[in-house]
Amino acid sequence: MKRKLMAVLCASAMVMGLMGGATIASAEEDVITVGIINNDPNESGYRTANVADFETYFGEDNEYGFETSFFYSLENEEQIQAAEGFIQDEVDYLLISAADTTGWDDVLESAQEMGITVILFDRMLDADEELYAAAVVSDMSEEGVTAVSWMESQELDEYNIIHIQGLMGSDAQVGRTTALDEAVEANDNWNYVVQQTAEWSAETAQEIVQSVIDSGESFNVIYAENDDMAKGAVAALDAAGITHGVDGDVIIMGFDCNEWALEELLAGNWNYDGQCNPFQAETIVEIIEQLEAGEELEEKIIYSVEVGFDATTITQEDVDNYGI
Amino acid sequence: MEKATVKKQNPFNRLLHSQMMIPLVALVLLLGFNLLMDPTFFKITLGTNSAGNPVLSGNLISALNNGSELAILAIGMTLVTAASGGQDISVGATIAISGSAMLRILCGTESSPSTLAAPIILGFLVAVLVGMLCGLFNGILVATFKIQPMIATLILYTAGRSIAAWINNNQLPIVPGSTFTYFGGFIPGIPIPTPFLIAVLCFIIMALVMKFTNLGLYTQAVGINENAAKLNGLKPAFIKILSFVILGVCVAVAALIKCSRTSTINYSVVAQNIEMDAILAVALGGNSLGGGKFNIWASVVAAYVIQLLTTTLYKFKVSSDALPAYKAVVVILLIVFSAPVVKEKMAEIGKKVRKPAKEVG
Repeated sequence: MKRKLMAVLCASAMVMGLMGGATIASAEEDVITVGIINNDPNESGYRTANVADFETYFGEDNEYGFETSFFYSLENEEQIQAAEGFIQDEVDYLLISAADTTGWDDVLESAQEMGITVILFDRMLDADEELYAAAVVSDMSEEGVTAVSWMESQELDEYNIIHIQGLMGSDAQVGRTTALDEAVEANDNWNYVVQQTAEWSAETAQEIVQSVIDSGESFNVIYAENDDMAKGAVAALDAAGITHGVDGDVIIMGFDCNEWALEELLAGNWNYDGQCNPFQAETIVEIIEQLEAGEELEEKIIYSVEVGFDATTITQEDVDNYGI
Repeated sequence: MEKATVKKQNPFNRLLHSQMMIPLVALVLLLGFNLLMDPTFFKITLGTNSAGNPVLSGNLISALNNGSELAILAIGMTLVTAASGGQDISVGATIAISGSAMLRILCGTESSPSTLAAPIILGFLVAVLVGMLCGLFNGILVATFKIQPMIATLILYTAGRSIAAWINNNQLPIVPGSTFTYFGGFIPGIPIPTPFLIAVLCFIIMALVMKFTNLGLYTQAVGINENAAKLNGLKPAFIKILSFVILGVCVAVAALIKCSRTSTINYSVVAQNIEMDAILAVALGGNSLGGGKFNIWASVVAAYVIQLLTTTLYKFKVSSDALPAYKAVVVILLIVFSAPVVKEKMAEIGKKVRKPAKEVG
């Protein structure tokens, strides 16, 4: 009984897998087939906006005639497997936002052998430049540099920093960490009180900050690598009665520019929020059109324009325009 | 903790006593380590939060506070383990589902409303209902369809977070007002963290249930020998489903605390990997993972041990890269020491040198 049930479950899973693939196989010749590999849309507000952007341009009833299959996962291995599936289905374009920067060489090589055009979006990969046609990405290290130069402009006597990192090894974590690491290394009055990963989770960030407060060490900057973690950190400060934001004792910095986070800035509860531009689909559509027309691309790697917001200068307009 | 008073009466209680020993020894070791390395670890101070209310703070308070969800889940997970001889790996995902349902009720269709759309109690009741439904679903798969618990709960483990996102239409709602933050923070005037109070309330309810009903006995009977239990007039399927439904209630309570901590929910990271910690708590509590005999309180103490370990690692600023490795080493040690083979050996040694062994317990 048990075995039979398992067999039925497995079989139906396989059939469903086949059906997923079949939508591409039955595509007509003149449509452009696209496979998009992205992270889980629920990962963060950033990802929700990113996925929504791609579904507008590539999803059902898009005006460009793309026939698209989407795959979402936070697991690099699952993403790679999905990529292999798309390659077997011989899609025309493979769009990738990788969960992890490594491990993609083999897949990209087999895509090249099959004549599939690979375009990276959102994040870079550790792979030979020959293996992809174009990349439309956020320059995470530039985001870090922008944030750190904003910190410098605050001209504090001392920077005692609680650094809350994202999921270790992700492009956003590496980029946003590097700039800060360098600044702490270079300046004598910049110190880490603690540097710890909260894996993008608000509750873990709260726990880390709580632990610093419990130990009684003083700090005046919280550099959280996304808005959720900054929010968790602020919750810990509130519980301990420590003031933060403009005119507060602790400077709060976040990334991603969620609408609610920008509102915190507007209210003066936070000090800085760095943008991570989630809208890449339009640029990619342009690239595909160029490639289809046989044109050469001017630049292989296109960086999205990104800004940072200061609580003292942000306006309601910014919140409406840049909030995601 | 109060178990210490009911030891050495008969063989059965002595067994309880020995099961409790492992997590207690681990607790003492961890506390001792902290005492040696830095006695300020134990400092507890009374301060005020930004709303001007008194709050207690300190590492121990933080450990009790942050370990609450895990301790509550450990109750349900112990029952499920005992009754079904397997574990529920979907609790993290079902926390996302019932939390999401709760926020859907509290926020309505808006993602950041200015007032609550419904009273908090209603939101919580819906969360409990959803948690129980998830438990019922798992329980029926396990008890009626006889699917291995880990496989049965794999379904919600895989699909749960997407279902959670779907409930709120992929929005990340933010609950307005400060009342909702009380459950994961502090109630004005009470300096003890509310999550710990909620956990204690759960313990009391569970203790009463265990005392005044036959749940414990029946669960154990079903776990040890399903057929024998059946012949004695018990309904094994019902007991198993019941254990999953109770876990569902625990999940809803944990979801309330988790969501309240930040007034929002993030479907993909909320309570991530908490199922593994909950199973670890059951194992560390000396419960047989194959079902049968169990001790809820040993699991609860074990849950706080796991949290204390995390708190200790944060306290000593173990670097991000090394954190999982440290945790793994400690966990391996704890599990090895709580393994039956090692326990037997230790009991043998204990027999030879009676006195020292007893003092430890």
